[in-house]
Amino acid sequence: MLSDKSVLVSLKNAGVYRDGRWLVRGVDLSIDPAEIVTLIGPNGSGKSTTAKMILDIAELNEGSRSNHKDLHVGYVPQRIEIDWTLPLTVERFMTITASLSSQEIDDNLERTSVKHLKNSQIRNLSGGELQRVLLARAIARKPNLLVLDEPVQGVDFSGEISLYELIKEIRDELQCGILLISHDLHVVMAATDRVICLNGHVCCQGTPSAVAESSEYKHLFGERALGALAVYQHAHDHKHLPDGTVEHADGSITEHCHPDDGHHDHAHEKEKSNV
Amino acid sequence: MFDDFFVRALIAGIGVALVAGPLGCFVVWRRLSYFGDTLAHSAVLGVSLGVFLEVNITATVFIVALAISGLLFLLQKRGDLASDALLGLLSHSALALGLVAIAFMTWVRIDLQALLFGDILSVSKIDLSFVWIGGAIVLAVLFSIWRQLFAATVSEELARAEGMNPDRSNVIFMILMALIIALSMKIVGVLLITALLIIPAATARRIAATPEQMAIFSAIIGVVSVVGGLYSSLHWDTPSGPSIVVMALALFVLTLFPITRLLRSKKEG
Repeated sequence: MLSDKSVLVSLKNAGVYRDGRWLVRGVDLSIDPAEIVTLIGPNGSGKSTTAKMILDIAELNEGSRSNHKDLHVGYVPQRIEIDWTLPLTVERFMTITASLSSQEIDDNLERTSVKHLKNSQIRNLSGGELQRVLLARAIARKPNLLVLDEPVQGVDFSGEISLYELIKEIRDELQCGILLISHDLHVVMAATDRVICLNGHVCCQGTPSAVAESSEYKHLFGERALGALAVYQHAHDHKHLPDGTVEHADGSITEHCHPDDGHHDHAHEKEKSNV
Repeated sequence: MFDDFFVRALIAGIGVALVAGPLGCFVVWRRLSYFGDTLAHSAVLGVSLGVFLEVNITATVFIVALAISGLLFLLQKRGDLASDALLGLLSHSALALGLVAIAFMTWVRIDLQALLFGDILSVSKIDLSFVWIGGAIVLAVLFSIWRQLFAATVSEELARAEGMNPDRSNVIFMILMALIIALSMKIVGVLLITALLIIPAATARRIAATPEQMAIFSAIIGVVSVVGGLYSSLHWDTPSGPSIVVMALALFVLTLFPITRLLRSKKEG
C-alpha cells in the first residue's frame, strides 16, 4: 500500500517513434491509486505501446513520464512465448520476479481457478489457461499498479466475466491502480472508472456512463451496444498520415490532433460537453 | 597427487564441466550457441596476442572474448547486418586473424592441434588453480544474478516492467561467457567449447522439469562426459576435446531411448 495518494504514473505529451512512423504520440495520461483505467481503440492504435510507455519499457521519443517513488508493478503482457528448451512449471513461473511462499502460490492460482495446473509445463497450457496463470502471477506480487494487456483473450465467455469481477475485487483489496487494455466493450464499460479511446493519440476520454450516453459513443459503438459481436469499427473524422501528422476532414494538416483544436466539427465537441 | 598430468586434467575438466553446465543452460534457453562459438573462435586471436605480448594466455583470451562481445553489441545496435551474419563475420574473422598472426610469429611454436582440440598434457598446476578459482567466481556470480537473469530470459519486457534490470544481467552474463571460454579452452580446445556448453544442457533438458533441475543435471552430465572422455582419450590415445564431446554425445543419445521416458513418467506420475 502506498504512503500517500498521489498519482502513480503519468505521461505528458508522450510519443514513440519506430521504423519511420509514430506508433502513438501526444498521449497525456495519468493513473491514480485504486483507479481502473481502460484503453480502447482499433488494432494498431497504440494501446500496447501506451501500456509500455506507462511501464517504462518503451523508450519515449518525445514527451515525458514520471512515476510515484514507491511504484510496484504487476504486468500481464499481451503474449509470452516460452521456448521449448526451457522447462518451466506454472509453480516456478509464479516466482520469476518475486519470492512467494508455496501458500501464496496456491492462493493466487486458486483465485484464477488454475491451481490444478500448478505442476504443468507453461508451454503446454491453452491460451485461456495461460492468461489465468499470467494474471495470478501478476496479482501475487501485490502490486500498486497492475497493467493488463488484453487479460481475457482466449478465455471462455463465462470465465471472462468472472475474471473482470476478480480484477475489480483485486482493486478493492490491494487499492491498486489498474490499466486495462481490452477489446471487449460492454464488459469493460461496466468494470471501469475511466475510458480512454486511442487511435494514434488520445481521441476522447471520460467516465463510462458519460461516454456511453454521448452520441459519439452510440455512433462509435452502436453495433456493439445492440449486442452484435461485430468487429469494433472506429469512426473517424481525421486521418493519420505515415509521418505522424494528422489530416482533418476540412483538409488541413497538423502535427497533433486534439478535440479542441478547431478541426473537429461534431463528435469530439459533443463528447466533451457530456464528460 | 597433482603431479600426475592425468589427475590434473581430470580435476580441471571436472571444474570446467561444473561451471559449463548451468551457464550452458542459459546459452540453450537464449539461443546463443552461435554466440558461444564466436567467442570460442576469438580465443585463437587471444592466444596469439598472449604469445606475442608474452603475457598470460588465459587473460588475453578473456580480454579478446570480451572485446568481441562488446563489438558485437555495438554492431547490432547499428543494425546494418542481421545478427547471424554479424556473428559469422566476427567468428571467422577472429579465427582467421588469429591463425594468420600465429603463422607470422615464426620464433614460437604453437601446437595448433592442441589449441583447436584441447590437450590434457598441457594442463599445469597454475591452469588448475585458474580453473577452480575462476570457476568458483563464475558460479558465485551466476548464482547471485540467477533470478534476474532467468526473468530476463523468460521475458525481458516483463522483467523490466517489474523493476528488474535486464541490461545489467545481460552484460554480466556476457562477461561470464568470456570467462568460461578462457577457462575451458585448454581442456576441450577452441573448436569444441560450445559443445561442452550445449550438449550436456540439451541432454539435461530431456529429463528436467524445472530450470534449476536442468542446471544441476547439466553440470552432472558434463562431469560424467569429462571423466569418461578423458579416460577414453588416455586409453585410445585420442585428443581430449573430441573424446569428451563424443562422450557427451553418447549420453545425449542414451536419453533418446524410451527408458528415460519411462523414468520421467514414473517421476511425474
